Amino acid sequence: MNVYYQKEDKLLVMEITEEIDHHVAEKIRRRADYEIQRYMPKKTLFDFNNVTFMDSSGIGMVVGRYKLMSMLGGSLELANVKPSLEKVFEMSGVSKIIPIKKSDILKTDITSPQG
Amino acid sequence: MSDIYENEMKLEFLSKSNNEAFARITVAAFAAQLDPSIEELADIKTAVSEAVTNAIIHGYEDREGIIKIECKMYAGSIQIEISDTGKGIENIEVAREPLYTSKPNLERSGMGFTIMESFMDDVKIESIVGLGTKVTMKKVIHKDALMNQSEILN
Repeated sequence: MNVYYQKEDKLLVMEITEEIDHHVAEKIRRRADYEIQRYMPKKTLFDFNNVTFMDSSGIGMVVGRYKLMSMLGGSLELANVKPSLEKVFEMSGVSKIIPIKKSDILKTDITSPQG
Repeated sequence: MSDIYENEMKLEFLSKSNNEAFARITVAAFAAQLDPSIEELADIKTAVSEAVTNAIIHGYEDREGIIKIECKMYAGSIQIEISDTGKGIENIEVAREPLYTSKPNLERSGMGFTIMESFMDDVKIESIVGLGTKVTMKKVIHKDALMNQSEILN
């Protein structure tokens, strides 16, 4: 997972680069919670551009981060979700509460990459 | 009668979460012999991932056990049986309900069986408390093509 933080907008971008199953979701969850608590962003964005597979573990992971961001007074968005994953998102109802954006965030907008 | 499509495979592996990817990719590679669409293959991978994850976190509750997968292939369909010898499911009807999870603290969405049922054509769950659980799923391949064909014939 690649993490970028944009100070001016207090925007945290996490680019997920693996298939999301139960095993990987646990890893993402730990890293994401660490980064969110470290930066205290106003908005967290998961970039799904490189995610080719996701099962229901991804739903639990996304909803958990949504709850955390809400608790901290911020918001969560998803971007670049592949059509093959949309089915899982729609079935769970997640797409009704969490905005799924097309491609409005470009990596070049993001300064200070953080590993 | 032997058919070139008729084929079988069996797989056994430890209930470790890093075997989830191995399991779904192996089943997908076997199913690829039927020349499924990308969507059909994604459906199979997702359903297998859900069943294997259930065996790991619910069946064995993260203890070590053996998960078995048996696949039978026919002309135009595949049957996938995923079984564990874990703790079993007390109430299958409740477990099948969308959004029900016995482990909300693990951030489980409760969508596992719902996804299996909507991504596959048939899902059967057999379970005995204390003995284990077996999930049998069937997927018809080239369903769209078959439906178009019958439309033409009619």
